[in-house]
This record gives sequence, C-alpha cells and structure tokens, in this order.
Amino acid sequence: MTKYDVLIVGGGSVGCAVAYALSRYDLKAAVAEKELDVGMGTSGRNSGVVHAGFNNRPGSLMAKLCVEGNEGFEALCKTLDIPYKKTGKLIVGYDEADHQALIKLKEQGEKNGVKGLEIIDGAAIRAIEPDLPASWAMLSRNTAVFNPFLYSIHLAEASAQNGVQYYLNSPVTAVEATEEGYRVQAGDHTLACRTLINSAGLFADKVSAMAGDPSFTIYPCRGEYYLLDKGTLKMPVYPVPRPGVGGLGVHLTVTVDGNILIGPSADYIEDHEDYSTTEPILGQLRREAMILLPTLNMRTVIGTYAGVRPKLVKKGEANFGDFVIERSPKAKHLINLIGIESPGITASMPIARMVLDILSEDTELVEKPDFVPTYRGIPPFAELSRAEQRALIEEDPDYGDVVCRCETVTRAQVKRALHNPIGATGVIAVKNRTRSTMGRCNGGYCFQRIVELLLSEGKAPQDIDLKRRGDRPLLGYVKGGQA
Amino acid sequence: MERADLIVIGGGPAGLAAAVRAKEKGVDRVLLLERNPVLGGILNQCIHDGFGVLRFGSAMSGPEYAARFIQMARDAGVETVTGAMVVELSPDKKVTYITPQGLFEVQAKAVILSTGCRERTRGALAVPGNRPAGVYTAGVVQYLMNMRNIAFGKNVVIMGSGDIGLIMARRMTLEGARVHCVLEKLPFCSGLPRNVRQCLEDFDIPLCLAETVKEIHGDDHITHVITAKVDEKGRFIPGSERTIPCDVLVLSVGLIPENELAKACGIEMDPVTGGALVDGDLMTSVPGVFSCGNGLHVHDLVDLVSEEGERAAEHAAAYLEGAANKPMVPVTVSGGIRYVLPRQLTAGEDGYLSMRVMLPGRDQKLTVTAGGRTLVSRKMKRVMPSEMIRLKVKDVPACEQVEVSLV
Repeated sequence: MTKYDVLIVGGGSVGCAVAYALSRYDLKAAVAEKELDVGMGTSGRNSGVVHAGFNNRPGSLMAKLCVEGNEGFEALCKTLDIPYKKTGKLIVGYDEADHQALIKLKEQGEKNGVKGLEIIDGAAIRAIEPDLPASWAMLSRNTAVFNPFLYSIHLAEASAQNGVQYYLNSPVTAVEATEEGYRVQAGDHTLACRTLINSAGLFADKVSAMAGDPSFTIYPCRGEYYLLDKGTLKMPVYPVPRPGVGGLGVHLTVTVDGNILIGPSADYIEDHEDYSTTEPILGQLRREAMILLPTLNMRTVIGTYAGVRPKLVKKGEANFGDFVIERSPKAKHLINLIGIESPGITASMPIARMVLDILSEDTELVEKPDFVPTYRGIPPFAELSRAEQRALIEEDPDYGDVVCRCETVTRAQVKRALHNPIGATGVIAVKNRTRSTMGRCNGGYCFQRIVELLLSEGKAPQDIDLKRRGDRPLLGYVKGGQA
Repeated sequence: MERADLIVIGGGPAGLAAAVRAKEKGVDRVLLLERNPVLGGILNQCIHDGFGVLRFGSAMSGPEYAARFIQMARDAGVETVTGAMVVELSPDKKVTYITPQGLFEVQAKAVILSTGCRERTRGALAVPGNRPAGVYTAGVVQYLMNMRNIAFGKNVVIMGSGDIGLIMARRMTLEGARVHCVLEKLPFCSGLPRNVRQCLEDFDIPLCLAETVKEIHGDDHITHVITAKVDEKGRFIPGSERTIPCDVLVLSVGLIPENELAKACGIEMDPVTGGALVDGDLMTSVPGVFSCGNGLHVHDLVDLVSEEGERAAEHAAAYLEGAANKPMVPVTVSGGIRYVLPRQLTAGEDGYLSMRVMLPGRDQKLTVTAGGRTLVSRKMKRVMPSEMIRLKVKDVPACEQVEVSLV
C-alpha cells in the first residue's frame, strides 16, 4: 500500500489545479481519476470560457473566486503553455427591458469587482460583429477563451513533473477511515493518505459520503452543444440571463481554435453521466442560435456533445448554490470541493489556493527548492510559422508526417501524446492533446493512422481504447489475417 | 525558389491521369504531390472489382486500375513526391508542402487540384443519442479491413446506401459478420444499381428505403440503434420505430469534395457540388488553377474521374502555352437536374457536361439548346441520382447561353 500525505480524488480542472498548487511543496501527493485521462468530465465538456465574474451573486464564493481567477488566468496559461485568447464577450439584448437588465448586470459585475464592462448600442455591436441583430449589449473586455482539455492536462503534467503521482483508470470504490487518515481503493490500487481532497465533480457527494460526510446531493444538469467548423465569430455572444434557468442561456462561443459552439441547454437528468444529445434540445439550440446570429451556417456542423453540471440545487429551486470549499465538519481529514460548476475552471486556481490554506491548518507546507513552475506541451504544429515548422521537421522527421489533415497534426505530436507524462491512454489522450480526430472529418482521415501507429508500437487491435476503458472499437484481426 | 510548370495536387485517379496527359501534351516539368506513401489514392483500399470497364474494357480491382496509371506516370516522366501533404496554395500558385524530409515551397505556372473527397460523418448529421465507440464511416472500415486486416463487429447496421456502404456490406458479410440491413433515408438507393445487385441482393441483405437511424445507443460501445421510417419530407413517422441490436454502425451518407486548399486560396466555390466553380476549361476563379475529379464533384465511376483529369491537363497545357482567352457561354439548367458542371462552355470547341438528377425517373428527354437551336437531344430510358450523366456538345456555338433541360 502506497502512502501519501494528500490524495486528490478526481482529475478534473479543480483536482489538477490543486495537484499543481501542492506540487510546489514537499509533500507526497497523488490523484485518483476514474477515466483514462484527466479533464474528462465537466472540465472537458463546457464552453471553454474564462468568465469575468459578473454573473455571480455578489458576496458569494463563486463571484470572489471567479474574479480572482480571471485576473490570474492569462499568466497561468502562459506559464503552462495553455492556449488562451482574450476575446472579450458580448451579452446581447433586444429591447428596453433587456437594456435595463444589462445595466443591472453591469452593476452586479462592478459590485463583484469586475473591470472592463461597458454597455454599447447596436452600432457599436455591429462594429464588432457585423451580423448580430441585437440592439444593446454589455461588452465584457476581460472575458477570454481557452483550451479546456489542455487546461487540465497541462496542470496535471506539470504537477507530475514535480512529483505528483497519477492513478488513471482508477475509480474510487471504497474509502475507509483510519487512525492517520484514510485507506482508499482506487481501481487496482490501495492507497493510504492523511488528507483526502474530494474534487470528484459529479460524484463529489458519493465520495464525501464514503469518507464520512453524507451531507450533500449532487443534481446533474445536462447541457447539450453543437460544434461547428471554424468561422468568423470573434467573441462569445450570450443572451441576457433569464432568471430561473439553470445556466447562462444558450450562447455562441468561439473556441480558442476558432470553432463555433452553440449551447448549452440546461436540463436536469437522472444519470450523472448521460452525455446523450436529444432532438428536441438540438432543435432548441438551432432556433436560439439563429436569433443571436441569423447568418449562422448550420451546414458547417462538425458534431454534437453534452456536458453535465454538478449542481447543489434541485430543479425548480432558486437557482443559486455556492461552491462548497471546506474541511468537512464531520470528517477532519476530508477537504470537500463540492458543487464546483461554472465558473469552476476560471476559479480553479483560487480554489486551489484556498485548499492550501485549509491544508496548512494541520500540514506543514515547505517549498521544494527544485519546483519547476513552467510546463511546455506538445508544439501546436499547425499554428507555428513556416520557419518554426521547418526547424521541427529538421529536428524530427516525424513532424513532416501529417497524420490529421483537418487540423494538420503530425506523427511526432501523436507519438508525444501517446507517451504522455501521466500515462493517459486511449485515442482520447491523442485527441485532447493534439486535436487529431476533432476536425471536420471526425477522424475519417486520422483515426486509421493513429490505429496504425499504435499497431506499429505493438498494441493489439482489440486492446485499443477509444474514450474509456472497455469501449474497444476494434475486434481484432480478420480470420486468417494478421498485422 | 524551386519551380515547376505544372503541379498536380493529389495522386489518386484524377491526379495521375492529369499528370500523364500533361506530359503527353508536352508540359516540361510536371510535379505530382501525394500525401500517402504510395500513389493511387482511395483506389488502393478498393479491393473489389468493377474499375476500368469503360476505359480498359475489363473489370479490375482498384489497385490494378491504379497500377496502370502509376506505370504510365513513370513512363511519361512525371516527377512524384509521396508522403507530401500540401499545406498551402497561394493565389500566385506557390505550393507549400511538408514531407519528413522538410518543408518545401515550389512556384508553379499552373496547378491542378485533384484532392478527392471525404466522407460525411455522424457528427455532421448530428444524430441524437450518446457517442459510443463502434460508429465508423464506411471508408474507415474499408481501409482498416482491407489494408490492415482489422475485424470490426459481428452485428452490423449500415446507415446510408452510398456505394462504399454497399461494398462494405458485402465485405463484412464475407468476413463472417451479420449485416442486418442497409438503411436509406431517401425513397431510392444512393448507390449504383450494380452494387445493389452484387452486394446486397446476392447476399440477402435487406435494403430498407425511407428508413433511417433515429437514435444511437450504448454507454461505452454501441449496443443498438432505433430506426424509424420517414415521410416524403424526411420527418420520422411515429410508431414506425424498430430496435436493431448491433455492435457496429457503418455510415455511408455521402461524400464531400475536399477543398480546404482551394477555399484558403480564395477560389470561388459552388455550394451545390461542394467543389470549385469552374469554367469550360475546368479552370477555377484563380487563373491557372484547375480542378478535376472527386475534388470538383463526386463521380460515380473512376473511369470518368480519370477522363476529367485528362481534360483538366489538356486545358492546363493550353494555358501554359499562352492560349488566348476564349469566350465562354453560360450553361443553365431546367427540369429535374440537380447540377450541371461546368456552368460555362467554351465557344467554338467541343464541350463536356456532367450532371446529376434529383429524382429517379423513366422515359425522359434530355436536351441541350442554344438560342432555340437543339444541339443535343437524348432519350433517357432511366435516370438515377446515383448515376452521373455525361454529355458531349459538339462545337459549342457563340451564343448568349446554352440551356440543358430534362423533362
């Protein structure tokens, strides 16, 4: 049994941010994650927006940590090589009631300490986005977009480089209180820890209960999305928030790579991991998106997906549940991070700092002299200059072998993704690190090339995972056939 | 900077034929760029027969058909670079490509785009439901099964009746899978009649018309699909649902000309075909850049792809010789024609038209007229959307427009 000072349950953005923050100190820390890679739950299934903090109730943890997180986000992304673009964002309205609502929203934002908010009229809107029919908008200059997959991944890989151990494909099935802390069954691993940090997202209520604090219930609330090909949208466009809706309303977002997202809806569901999309909701997304931007070309749809929010409020209840960030009053070795939904990623670093404060109550935090704060990910070949591309190919000819046509991802990048520092496996590890299979052909070109690379490294076809353990897309070889 | 008279982008059937014909026409340096390690394009994974009936009078396999042209290219002195992904075509015809040997820029005097097509995906259809493993486009299954001996599932449903889907229905049956059915949303098949006979009827695989997948189910791996009949407007008919258990869903729901390079170059596109807009010389809106093959519009037979590649090469050769700009006559269509290509013909020369119909039909008349004069009149005993109609217009007159009509 391996012993840790701290075990983090859940390798989402918050768990990975905590791991990265902890990795600065002389502690033995590990992360247990049930999926094949980090950032696979809510952290990878969202709009990829760094929120400014005007949507959240003044005085709440959500508001405070979101504003703090927004301030530090760009620097963090630079340190960890996470794609980030300060696009700004428009919240648009159509009539005088909307105009008044926007003025109120701006006041709320300013109360929260948000800077860079401005109410603009139709002409000013069209100077930014010519095809928007809105009459009024609040422009938020500090809203940004980022790559949500690489956010968790680079935090995790940077923390791994500083000594944090990752147990992937290791769902926590049992937590037993001991004299010094906990004994935890995570997949095939039995792990001991002094402090358990619960950042289990959609399952944080269950992990908390296993660790002795059954005070919480998570209500899963699904949001469905359309993903469109790269377009000309410059910044996210949101509608004026409607009270009583479990989200920010269906909006258009430009991703850091230039794709357009439509979504998310907000529907309470039964199964915490039901990532299905549904025809009525997709229809609603199409209709609402066309109101925001009538010229939107739905022929450029690449796919659909869904994410699930871990809500602490039930359907129909007043729609506010603040983040829970606390040492459990019922279990002294348990630090709970519960109900971390939007703006959870924006707030993840401030959350991690709060965790450090709580942890320091009973754990000495000594800085390591050899801590390396910076991390460089896989070079994004497609975005480099021709001279940089030429230099990479000279260094490694695999950079001259294009595996993914839509996103211009090379064999060298795919290889690096397959041999990542945290041991993530599956085609998903390649997808989320390189964008291969994410483009308009849905992997029609690159999937077979990734499979060939895996086969050439000695993997049997029937052992290749797609997204999760057990979703083996290939059966083996045909009768009489072989590699 | 390195220079070439003509760069052909894409070494499949269109590009190979174009490169060979360009050499035959006396073009000096012809450079053929192919992204795969071998020439031949998609033909290499098409191990079934039926290629070359028009051209060579014998039904060959895809690799055999490709081998003929590869040999011709060698004999003709076409320079080829394989493993070369073209990443940029500039409007002044500078081509940038990447190989494991480096990043190269070549200045061409003329360019032929023969970039082929890609498959429509499940994502583009936005079929509701979960996104489990086990859903593939037909071409991916074809490549991995034929080139890498990979086996897929045992219970197969095929969505869409495109030709590759029909071919793979037979192929997977021969590998021991049970292909439950081929579902086609339209009331008629999208694939060629010969494939329906040889791939479905001969193997007792049902072709279910006006029926499609409504939902895809399975948490990690696909477990079943729910299908439903659709009415004439494509809406699901309530109560017609059935559940089909399967571990593979193969999509054959259409092909899209691949034109990312052309679009990035600023070439004008045709929203109906998904390819470039070309004139009677198969030249795009960028002078000296030509387009042909499935990258221009999706063909039914490879023989016609090769032929179009050759015509593009002939026009490119004439362009390189400095042939004077010739007057173009616009082509208009009426009746049941979905598209005609090109939308301009060169006055004073023979013109070649390719077209597809919207709906199947019988005993119709196809006419080409110019200023009230009938240039071509052809009785069409049977027309099918899956079959491309080809037409030669002899000595196109200088006139206001050429009208094509099918009634």
